[in-house]
Amino acid sequence: MLSREAILDHLPRLRRYARALTGDRFAADDLVQDTLERALSRWTLLRPGSNPQVWLLTLMHNVFINHRRADARRLERGTGDGELPEIGVRADQDDGLALRDLGAALYRLSEEHRAVLLLVAVEEMSYQQVAKILDVPLGTVMSRLTRARQRLGRLLAGEEDTLVKLEVVK
Amino acid sequence: MIRPAEEDFHAYADGALTEIERQHVETWLAAHPEDAALVKGWRDQGVALHRLFDPILAEAVPERLTRTVMGDEGKGWRVAAALGWLSLGVLVGYGLRGVGPDRASTLATLVHPAAIAHAAFVPEVRHPVEVGAEQEGHLVQWLSKRLGTPVLAPNLKPAGFQLLGGRLLPGEGAPAAQFMYQDGAGRRVTLYVRKGVADSKETAFRFAQEKNVSVFYWVDGQAGYALSGELPRQELMVLADAAYRDLERQDAK
Repeated sequence: MLSREAILDHLPRLRRYARALTGDRFAADDLVQDTLERALSRWTLLRPGSNPQVWLLTLMHNVFINHRRADARRLERGTGDGELPEIGVRADQDDGLALRDLGAALYRLSEEHRAVLLLVAVEEMSYQQVAKILDVPLGTVMSRLTRARQRLGRLLAGEEDTLVKLEVVK
Repeated sequence: MIRPAEEDFHAYADGALTEIERQHVETWLAAHPEDAALVKGWRDQGVALHRLFDPILAEAVPERLTRTVMGDEGKGWRVAAALGWLSLGVLVGYGLRGVGPDRASTLATLVHPAAIAHAAFVPEVRHPVEVGAEQEGHLVQWLSKRLGTPVLAPNLKPAGFQLLGGRLLPGEGAPAAQFMYQDGAGRRVTLYVRKGVADSKETAFRFAQEKNVSVFYWVDGQAGYALSGELPRQELMVLADAAYRDLERQDAK
């Protein structure tokens, strides 16, 4: 049984993944909040011995898909509002710029590809865990991962335009 | 030799191969620089993604999220959260009753963030640090520049702990540095360093406990240090003492 306190321990990682996936601070915390509500209403369904992080990320993906359906406009754009995590703390200019490029390139990937890449590279989930979280076959995980890395590599090498067109809000 | 499948290259980059498979891929890569560059590129992507998103782990969790989790059981937590003290299920607030404003400030700006950062990064398997110990010179130089004060990584080898590396973290009002160490049994301790801790009188070691994480902290001149670990208090004390002494020694050079 997962205690409330034990769920608190997962919050920083859930927030990291949600922010990376959506690219939007507020949408990410909304996603985390809805995931938590779902987790609390179903936590008796967490089988003993299963990995709570995998379970929480699975719930988050279901919520994420629901959010996307509910917000067709965001879906059309395929990205959040383009806000990147605050990396201003780093004054090394080149480093900051390189990370910005990476952020921009990441949101050029489809959400499906981005999710697999982030789960593997940032959340360090096994391929089997990713298949479970996304409810897709292992082969699909591998092909998405392969394509995500290829495309990210091309974008970062400047072989594709990384500029995300952002609307100017006045 | 047959070229490994594309998927094996990815599994290699992600540490998902058995030892035999790993050796097979490694042998191939040693003889095929183009494939090796490909794999290195993916690993570099992973490192960069961590650099981009890991700072989120050290952010204070918004109160609405902790409130959602704790529900009605969490009244005490909620008060603490509203004061901005709470994250990660850790309640330093209880320790604040009856202490002066300087100490409270040290707890808030040094000890609490140190414990959060410890809990956030110690479980990271592949990327526990931003810059590894093999680049210690660069690491120390970089962190000193970013913190605006000379930062040194104490040598804890005599006490059985090897430096893994460090990272830069956003802190309360100023950036902070975290060094991570590991012993032969895989236990990890972290040293959190920041400048501008208010309590300049406080040079003695002090102890704080946040959930499972024990913290010894001290202030030396402008810099505050907090050594965190899930170790018995006495053992952590010995390490804190070793860190303090080695910093003094390095500083004297």
